[in-house]
Amino acid sequence: MKRFIGFIKKEFYHIFRDRRSLFILFGMPIAQILLFGFAITNEINNVDIAILDSSKDDVTEEIIHKISASKYFSIKQFIEKESDIKGIFKQGKVKAILNFEKDFSKNLVKDHKTTIQIITDATDPNTANTIANFVNAILQKYQKSLNEDLVVAYQIVPESRMVYNPELKSVYMFVPGVMTIILMLVSAMMTSISITREKEMGTMEILLVSPLKPIQVIVGKVFPYIFLSIINAVVIVVLSIFIFKMPVQGSLFLLALESILFIVSALALGILISTISATQQTAMMISLMGLMLPVILLSGFIFPISSMPVPLQLISNIIPAKWFIIIIKGIMLKGVGLEFIWKETLILLGMTVFFIALSVRKYKIRLA
Amino acid sequence: MKREKVIQVADLTKRFGDFAAVDAISFDVYRGEIFGFLGANGAGKTTAMKMLIGISNPTSGQAQVAGFDVFTHAEDIKKNIGYMSQKFALYDDLTVRENIRFFGGIYGLSRGRIKEKSDALIEELGLQGAAHKLVGALPLGWKQKLSFSVALIHDPKIVFLDEPTGGVDPITRRQFWEMIYKAAHQGTTVFVTTHYMDEAEYCDRVSIMVNGKIEALDSPKLLKEQFQAANMNDVFLKLARG
Amino acid sequence: MSITLANISKSYKSLKALEAISFEVKAGELFGLIGPDGAGKTTLFRILTTLLLADEGTARVTGFDVVSDYKKIRNSVGYMPGRFSLYQDLTVEENLTFFATIFGTTIAENYDLIKEIYVQIEPFKDRRAGKLSGGMKQKLALCCALIHKPEVLFLDEPTTGVDPVSRKEFWEMLKRLQQKGITILVSTPYMDEAALCDRIALIQGGKILQIDTPQAIVRHYPKPIYNLRANKTYQLIKALKAYKNNYSVYPFGEFVHYTDQRTDFDPSELKAYLESEGLSDVVIEKTEATIEDTFMELAK
Repeated sequence: MKRFIGFIKKEFYHIFRDRRSLFILFGMPIAQILLFGFAITNEINNVDIAILDSSKDDVTEEIIHKISASKYFSIKQFIEKESDIKGIFKQGKVKAILNFEKDFSKNLVKDHKTTIQIITDATDPNTANTIANFVNAILQKYQKSLNEDLVVAYQIVPESRMVYNPELKSVYMFVPGVMTIILMLVSAMMTSISITREKEMGTMEILLVSPLKPIQVIVGKVFPYIFLSIINAVVIVVLSIFIFKMPVQGSLFLLALESILFIVSALALGILISTISATQQTAMMISLMGLMLPVILLSGFIFPISSMPVPLQLISNIIPAKWFIIIIKGIMLKGVGLEFIWKETLILLGMTVFFIALSVRKYKIRLA
Repeated sequence: MKREKVIQVADLTKRFGDFAAVDAISFDVYRGEIFGFLGANGAGKTTAMKMLIGISNPTSGQAQVAGFDVFTHAEDIKKNIGYMSQKFALYDDLTVRENIRFFGGIYGLSRGRIKEKSDALIEELGLQGAAHKLVGALPLGWKQKLSFSVALIHDPKIVFLDEPTGGVDPITRRQFWEMIYKAAHQGTTVFVTTHYMDEAEYCDRVSIMVNGKIEALDSPKLLKEQFQAANMNDVFLKLARG
Repeated sequence: MSITLANISKSYKSLKALEAISFEVKAGELFGLIGPDGAGKTTLFRILTTLLLADEGTARVTGFDVVSDYKKIRNSVGYMPGRFSLYQDLTVEENLTFFATIFGTTIAENYDLIKEIYVQIEPFKDRRAGKLSGGMKQKLALCCALIHKPEVLFLDEPTTGVDPVSRKEFWEMLKRLQQKGITILVSTPYMDEAALCDRIALIQGGKILQIDTPQAIVRHYPKPIYNLRANKTYQLIKALKAYKNNYSVYPFGEFVHYTDQRTDFDPSELKAYLESEGLSDVVIEKTEATIEDTFMELAK
């Protein structure tokens, strides 16, 4: 036991003496959260749009007024005919065009149904999607007010896609993703680098030719990073609660347990990477390419899994981060308990056990 | 007969802040000479050599290498010297021929000249069977002989060798020194920096640096007589221990 | 016997690193493994320190088999790999404390053993290992390898890249450790260090060329060796190589070492030949063979 404590002490020396890594370790989560929270957001502001109003009646005028009054849009120009649409987009002056059909208000009164076309510049699909959502939101609000005045409701309000994020705060969406990335990075990359560093420096040879058991080396390497990852998780949650006023709806205790489970699975992956790489550089490359990219691209953090091609959807299932994101979104945003996420938790647990078993098996008691 | 001086150094100094890494050294090296530049790690020999090959600016003093001033004509020096180090010599992932072609190209040799040189060099080293093999697959001794030849590809006036024979087997080492003797015989000056004292025994003259200063400079024979030592290692020990 | 090897072979893919190596090291012996880079020295050390498995053959260290009893060996040997494997970001004292702890001991417990060496680096005990000079690192690495009082010490090229003064001090330390009853197996590419060992094995290309005391090895050199010197070294070598009776010609420091095929060799005849080749100041004198001469003769 004394040996083990001595080993852990040494690991902490390594961590705290490497100022640069330490800065990245704790600076990164803060920077990422702030970056995603403030800069890279899904919110829109003063987006330039154009209007093609073929009816020019009271209703369209009122809608146009509501849209121009919102801080989200500014009406750049009015166009007269449909053939102008193409040209305007080509000039890139506006991001969207609202096209009111002919006899807009007449149709509304007669058929209780009328259409407005929202044409968005989808070269930036995320923004386009958001613009459409925002216009929809404004329209729905208007319909509601319209229906209040009338005895017969004009139209059924469509199911909103913003149930769990009514203010469309994108930071709510990013926090779980950023947390996943940070935990993955700290746990997997840092452990794999710290083990391969010993190989590179030749100190691993001495550790092997010592009475230290392999399991002591592994646990000793992993322990400090469990500790650091937990600190990071806490920092992220605290930041999002206090700076972005993001509520954690569910149990903090459950959130902590699930996070530790994910951290352990990432650490096991880190050990696995270190067993197959000889240098720190390789370990870093494998961590970045093999772990970070899938986490960012395939976990559903940025791109919705449901809109991926089927093969990628299948692949996403073997990525632990996907399940963790589902779990923490559930806990943080929906406030659900274990009864709703036990399946995901079980999958994550299974993966963790598998990685640990594999890495212990793969860990060599000799060189090469 | 007056011998031509190819390196002339007078009071050459390099300071890092208050610390004089090279402290007013002076010496001359003649054409066709094998000059050993010795010193322990940290004695300043690497810093001094960097100034001579034009990649580090001296703080003060004078130095001319291959007829060019190190302060004003560093680029001309680089064209007229060859350099070989044990740490970096050739690209392991290029073949023998590709390496020769690459280094020939760096020094601006014409295509025809490179071809001519490659053939001559491969023939001389007996590498005919290995010309299209990756350098990484060659034995260490061959690599070193090849990289020495490559350092000479542009017929430089002076070739700088940084610890050239550490770790190679004794026979290869002899072959290597025979190549050095040959180059010197043909008029190339050979400047060897090393902290392996047995390498020093092969040189015509050696200088020994201690703490930034040249403390001894003579032929190995005379140095051994002067210090009443059996070999250069003992000369060094006596010098270093004061 | 402290170390026994029988028919140890090891290959990496197509490369034969070791071929049927057998030798023994007696308890308390200072045994040198002398050979150039790539001779197989490090592979041999790794097999003996249980870090690598041999393809063939058996080896025992302090009576334990390197494969089945590897744990016992790991408890009782000290190992200093090439390129001083220390934690560069830990101080001198922290490094030593760490290695003491993982071997289940303390610095105080075995201070007697390392005292002589440690006092030399103690003034720098709060300095990070990465900031030490080569000689200091080497001493610290030796302390770390000794801190658990091993029975056998494995030192893989401990003097490579270290200046002559530190090298000399290091060998003096090894002699003193040997007097304390520690068996030492040390490897080096420097032929001149061979004379400091009790017995040596010359190794090249994965094969042992010869094993004996350094004195016996040079005594067994088959021919008289002559030191030659002339005004022009390169022409001298060329002329000697062209001489019909030459057996071997090697540049050797400021001389050329020459041996002749004949048993009734007459130096004055050779001198006349060299002068006829245009050389002057020719000196020919008999000399003693060195380990390096023997090595080249055996490796030929």
